[in-house]
Amino acid sequence: MRVMLKVWRQNNSKSQGVFEMYPVKNISGDMSFFEMMDMLNDRLVLDGKTPIAFDHDCREGICGTCGLFINGRTHGSLRGITTCQLHMRSFKDGETIVVEPWRAKAFPVIKDLIVDRSSFDRIMEAGGYVSIKTGGTPDANAIPIPKINVDEAMDAASCIGCGACVATCKNSSAMLFVGAKVSQYALLPQGQPEARERVLNMVAVMDEEGFGSCTNTGACEVECPKEISLEHIARMNREFLKANIS
Amino acid sequence: MSWVTTFLNSSIGKKTIMAITGLLLCLYLVIHLAGNLTLFGGADFFNSYVLRLSAFKPLVRIIEAVLLLIFGGHIFNGLRLSIENRKATDKKYQSNRAQENSSFSSKTMTITGSVLLVFLITHLATVWYSFQIEHSGGEFFKIIIGPVVGLGNLSVAVLYGVAMVFLGFHLHHGFQSAFQTFGIRYNRYGRLIEIISILFWFIIPAGFLWIVVYFGFLGGVK
Repeated sequence: MRVMLKVWRQNNSKSQGVFEMYPVKNISGDMSFFEMMDMLNDRLVLDGKTPIAFDHDCREGICGTCGLFINGRTHGSLRGITTCQLHMRSFKDGETIVVEPWRAKAFPVIKDLIVDRSSFDRIMEAGGYVSIKTGGTPDANAIPIPKINVDEAMDAASCIGCGACVATCKNSSAMLFVGAKVSQYALLPQGQPEARERVLNMVAVMDEEGFGSCTNTGACEVECPKEISLEHIARMNREFLKANIS
Repeated sequence: MSWVTTFLNSSIGKKTIMAITGLLLCLYLVIHLAGNLTLFGGADFFNSYVLRLSAFKPLVRIIEAVLLLIFGGHIFNGLRLSIENRKATDKKYQSNRAQENSSFSSKTMTITGSVLLVFLITHLATVWYSFQIEHSGGEFFKIIIGPVVGLGNLSVAVLYGVAMVFLGFHLHHGFQSAFQTFGIRYNRYGRLIEIISILFWFIIPAGFLWIVVYFGFLGGVK
């Protein structure tokens, strides 16, 4: 199959970007989206042109490094996948595919399709951890935890921090990300000692970094490659209100 | 900064204000519609209801002042959030299929809210104002269905009807969203909130709309 790629090209964070058109031929439907991009980049290098810069690492949907806005949807239009798990068979032969970087003030474009997501790291530094005493490995079952909490904490912890929630949000809000990170500890006894400080600090940094507020449109939940539920935003709100009145 | 100002200026704090004031306004809508329904009792019944309210004038004024505060808080915070959220966004996507991941009503809260603000001002400047100046006559029924600011005027009736459609969209998202802000949307109360929300996004606007259709177009109660 063949496709026409319409890709955002931008030299650096200061420069004005433009869309450029790239026809790509001889694509197999079994190729991943990135394999198709690799093929295009190889050709660009042979032609003496600058290859298209895009973020990718594990290419199996677990690292959270990749993320492209493809034909108007984050990670393409399929549910529950990252960009690296998207295959060319999802596209029609001859289709024009628009490829854009995540767009948010808190995620400035570094080059082409790569954005700076260090704002997420700073939110994590503010409270996305538990302080523990090092030493011998503790018994995994020493603290009883209800199964339902374990499962929900695990669902929250499956967030890979790719930023699709921010990218799709009409307010560029990071509340699904922060909600998941607050939730994974709020649900477990190990998270309790620092629960109050955690939610206050993480929300404060989220606001400082210039993310918008949640309008509860639910777009993030639909676009999240790990299908993180809005319930975690509700839990963060609850934790935040609780922390403020206690 | 005290914890109160820190809270009120935080993203979740502003959302909480929207939720509290929004739900209070929803409660007011129930009372307002109940009052409007007395129109179906005929001219005398409606006039005596309004006159009875006038007997508690000081109390009514206090309620009006509280309402003004609630509206003010809702509108101020809404505009503030809308402006700040716009600042948080960067360049628009060239291709954005947002209709595939979120509802129309959830994405248009600022637009529907702004239209409702224009309606509110018009509503106060016309109906509310005429009730303040002609209160001695006791002919309130005539004002409501009359041709000046009332439903006897076709353009007034149509604009009123349009405003109710916008109200429906606004509350379709707003009512249940308030519970999400409080953090109780997605537990065992979720389904219940969805059912109660029908009262606010459908039954109440439809009730107001029915009054418009009945009195403005079907001849109403003689």
